[in-house]
Amino acid sequence: MFRSTVLICGGTGCHSNHSGEIYDEFVNQLAANNLTNDVMLVKTGCFGLCAVGPVVIIYPEGAFYSTVKVDDVKELVEEHLIKGRLVRRLLYRDHKTEEMTKALSETNFYKKQTRVALRNCGVINPENIDEYIAYDGYQALIKVLTEMQPQEVIDVIKASGLRGRGGAGFPTGLKWQFCRNAKADETGIKYVCCNADEGDPGAFMDRSILEGDPHAVIEAMAIAAYAIGSCQGFIYIRAEYPIAVSRIRIAIDQAKEYGLLGKNILGTGFDFDLEVRLGSGAFVCGEETALMTSIEGKRGEPRPRPPFPANKGLFGKPTILNNVETYANVAQIILKGADWFASMGSEKSKGTKVFALGGKIVNTGLVEIPMGTTLRTVIEDIGGGIPHGKKFKAAQTGGPSGGCIPAHLIDVPIDYENLAAIGSIMGSGGLIVMDEDNCMVDIAKFFLEFTKDESCGKCTPCRIGTTRLLEYLNKITSGKATLQDLDDMEKLCYYIKDNALCGLGQTAPNPVLSTLRYFRDEYIAHIVDKKCPAGVCKALLSFEITDACKGCTLCARNCPVNAISGAVRTKHVIDKSKCIKCGVCMDNCKFGAIVKK
Amino acid sequence: MAKIKLTKVPFAGTPEQAKQLEERLEALKSVPGGLMPALQQAQDIYGYLPIEVQMKIADTLNVSLEEVFGVATFYSQFTLNYRGEYQVSVCLGTACYVKGAGDIINALKQKIGIDSGECTEDGKFSLVETRCIGCCGLAPVMTINSNVYGKLTTDQLDGILKEYM
Repeated sequence: MFRSTVLICGGTGCHSNHSGEIYDEFVNQLAANNLTNDVMLVKTGCFGLCAVGPVVIIYPEGAFYSTVKVDDVKELVEEHLIKGRLVRRLLYRDHKTEEMTKALSETNFYKKQTRVALRNCGVINPENIDEYIAYDGYQALIKVLTEMQPQEVIDVIKASGLRGRGGAGFPTGLKWQFCRNAKADETGIKYVCCNADEGDPGAFMDRSILEGDPHAVIEAMAIAAYAIGSCQGFIYIRAEYPIAVSRIRIAIDQAKEYGLLGKNILGTGFDFDLEVRLGSGAFVCGEETALMTSIEGKRGEPRPRPPFPANKGLFGKPTILNNVETYANVAQIILKGADWFASMGSEKSKGTKVFALGGKIVNTGLVEIPMGTTLRTVIEDIGGGIPHGKKFKAAQTGGPSGGCIPAHLIDVPIDYENLAAIGSIMGSGGLIVMDEDNCMVDIAKFFLEFTKDESCGKCTPCRIGTTRLLEYLNKITSGKATLQDLDDMEKLCYYIKDNALCGLGQTAPNPVLSTLRYFRDEYIAHIVDKKCPAGVCKALLSFEITDACKGCTLCARNCPVNAISGAVRTKHVIDKSKCIKCGVCMDNCKFGAIVKK
Repeated sequence: MAKIKLTKVPFAGTPEQAKQLEERLEALKSVPGGLMPALQQAQDIYGYLPIEVQMKIADTLNVSLEEVFGVATFYSQFTLNYRGEYQVSVCLGTACYVKGAGDIINALKQKIGIDSGECTEDGKFSLVETRCIGCCGLAPVMTINSNVYGKLTTDQLDGILKEYM
């Protein structure tokens, strides 16, 4: 029996912050104190609060230690584990109240969350199937295989109201029904695929689920396979996620060893095998038909629909494709029932949604909230607000396919319908917070640079349209555009939306349209006044030295292009023809005497 | 679509690498859709995908070189360029971008003296802009080979690069 358990976050955020070395140091320190058999060490998936990583939690006390360093391990072992005293200096402090919080569940960050898809993340060791099984893992698969008919499984998923978490929100049960009804060819083959090609910049929900609870996805895929009558599955995962790839591979091997994958699962005669395929960094492969083309080993270009994948998908066979987070809900729905799931959320959007909270927010990390929670709750209560006392300007959802939610709509309940109504989309769950220092035209330009690069080039509206859109945006941010350009740009947006072949092109203009809708005055300021109100667009900025200058020469010494001149103890001057607007002078000035206009 | 830049460094594969590639390709011959895994494994072996390697893959898997080249240039993870001893990758995901990753990449271009996608003449450093690597909590982030540097500011760069000089 272990008397204590030490959970160390092994998610990518904490891992990059040396949590692996912290784990090793715990091993050493426990051995040095003869505690190896008394204390269990577990490397878990993501706890969610990446901002204060690396995170260590010690049970049974549930003490939540944040920003732990390798050098702190000795003290944690000697004080907490040997003497039974909390190491107060390392306990998590609430950003606003400065209050020390002992347990994870007491923090504001966790209080308003409801964890369904993330239920095991940060709780179990993802590399040990026994821990998953101990938390009801594979119970749903057993129930489905022994007590339910395939159609009953689909009926439960339909009744739960589960919708695709990858972005578009298509009802999952309906998708499965179409594929079940589809007639297979003479080979009888149908495929189950999992979209783990999380390409949306700033989103890491799927990665965290695969890293923290890989068996949940495997179990759900097996359930889906049973429901539609398939015996082969593929997980298409980004090569950029090495930890997730390794954990899902370990999990597949373990499930095979236990007879939960492979031939004749649990002696029921049901076969299901699973293969991992790596993506290679193409955003368009998140689109379902492009993903399938990519698994086929070709350039990941989308195909026109119809025929829909439910009838003619991977290798031309009937196929379902669901996103990681969608799958992570399935086993819970089977076990707890459709009514339980449908009791959470809003009228048309049931259950919870995971968001990757990033950008200008105190608690960057992973949060799971019931659908219908307001943006205000997410940003102010869970997220801890905007750092450095800055003002909230907008939140961006849906990545390059989405739009922004401006400050005056902060009380809108987040669900599929509401977000669509205000010109954004749910998307896969990236939620980037922006403050007054972010220029909305620049953000739109950032996303267009992305979609222009990632356009596969197959259809003209997207390939040429995104390039032209970006040209307009470059013209605006460099102060060379006219109001006519603005009108033309808007028309082009609608043209691309209506004519592009796949989701990438059809949604590519969204960041522009949405910023135009809420921040048109910023576009006008760039065009008419030749000013960037947020002070981001370099071509429209100029740096000046005010009378507060003491002549300390620091700025002149730091200027990379020698654009600043002036004698000691006299006011300096910036030569605007030489200035490259890098801002180094302003960052270094101790008297606040340099301003950008 | 990104522009294709071709490497100027001559191909210098070893017999061991050739043998390794041969073995892996043999195993992939019968796998449906085996071209992607083949390119991924070839890049693991050589670090990049020179035309010589692409020709070998085309021959073994019995697909045209045109198709191999088409796939190799479609995906951003595949590189036709020689990679430096130290690969400096700057994340340009949204979270990093709003926190100043643009300044970081510009400063690095100046400090290392190459554009992104290029390699220094001595083969020491190459610089790439990457898509979101998923540690948005640490934004802005860069990696040098497998070392991760988070919450970066431009004034830290000299100190970090010095470790690899």
